[in-house]
Amino acid sequence: MTAMTLLTKSEEINTMKPKIALNKKILQSAGATQVSEISGVNVFACYQCGNCSAACPAVEFMDLPPHQVIRLVQMGLTAELLKTNTPWICLACINCTVKCPRGVDIARVMEGLRSIFLRDKFEHINLNEIERRLREDLPQIALIANFRKNLQ
Amino acid sequence: MELSYYPGCTLKTTARNFETTALAVLELFDMQARELPEWYCCGVNFSQVQDNLMLQLAPLRTLMRAKQTGSRQLLTLCAMCYNTLRRAQQFIGEDEARRATINDFMDHEGGDFTGDEVEIIDILTLLKQIGPDKLQARITRPVSLQVAPYYGCLLLRPRTVAIDDPNNPQIMENLLSAVGCQPVAYPFRTDCCASYQIVNEPQIVHSQTKKIVTSAVQHGAELLVVLCPLCHYNLDAVQAEIARAERTFKTVPVLYFTQLLALIFGLPAALNDFGTHRIDPVPTLKAKGLL
Repeated sequence: MTAMTLLTKSEEINTMKPKIALNKKILQSAGATQVSEISGVNVFACYQCGNCSAACPAVEFMDLPPHQVIRLVQMGLTAELLKTNTPWICLACINCTVKCPRGVDIARVMEGLRSIFLRDKFEHINLNEIERRLREDLPQIALIANFRKNLQ
Repeated sequence: MELSYYPGCTLKTTARNFETTALAVLELFDMQARELPEWYCCGVNFSQVQDNLMLQLAPLRTLMRAKQTGSRQLLTLCAMCYNTLRRAQQFIGEDEARRATINDFMDHEGGDFTGDEVEIIDILTLLKQIGPDKLQARITRPVSLQVAPYYGCLLLRPRTVAIDDPNNPQIMENLLSAVGCQPVAYPFRTDCCASYQIVNEPQIVHSQTKKIVTSAVQHGAELLVVLCPLCHYNLDAVQAEIARAERTFKTVPVLYFTQLLALIFGLPAALNDFGTHRIDPVPTLKAKGLL
């Protein structure tokens, strides 16, 4: 890449419009408040270090890594988050929370997001779709934990 | 010494081995675990929402029953039960308004519950309290065995209920050393087995099980020990599935921690139903002189 094209590239970036304009109104929007109320977590303590995503054993299966989820919650974009699979892939293993240097309980935020969805839609899984073979083989705790996370 | 005991549902079905061996091991140290006369499912996974107290009633109801027995300590074997009961206890212990609401609602069930009347104790902490000397004195089948301890999540996280350092636990390693085994150090002992996702997203469990087992085997494990019936299913049954699909995959038998102790202490092998294990532990145990 020549110096000239590099220069053009940086100009392009400088004049690019941000996808989301951050302002006080957005930061205090209903989305972030709702998650905070249900989960009791102050998401604004997060400074985006990414330790949670590094610690997450299921991150490779997620649309968005946990730290980006927290960022979107800060911006009040919970409706966007409900389209991602991240809260449903979350294993509730609490590794993220233990590794957070800012004391943000990320696992609780994920539960808050699941709850917002479930309180609206009632269920995220269809019990009839669970294979009979699996249903009869699994220890009860697998099924009950699954229902607790995916049904209201 | 007597203490109350909360089994939880799985200890009565797929994890019978865990219950029979744990109770027999405790008997050796003159500890009688008395099952609560009345108990309920704990709800398995602690509800992390702040604004719905109904989700806490199941574990709290069991704690109220435990309080009524008059015994200070309540033993749980299953890691999930331990976590849910401890966190429910803290949930009402830390907030007076919640406590008042719950007590009003459960008035006819004995109410007046502060949350700290019962000390919920897990089996590892109890064995640690018994002490390495007493454990060592009970060894009747000395064994040279490389054992990979698998902690999983719920005995260590969140910090408020952790039985040991959540980042570098040593409790299981110390107990294994006390009974003459060689604990294997491997990186994934505190990783999640992917838990209840076995129902909806089994590919995550497959990926985790493969990672955990491969790592343990590479570090020399001849046996893997667990304390959670769901970890056991995911690491044992799913491991067997992986082994069927991949010929070169090296397996390792998975026992409950107390099954191994019971064998080392010379308790009857019949306490175990090894037929419930998908990766057969019998050849390893026979080769090591434990059967």
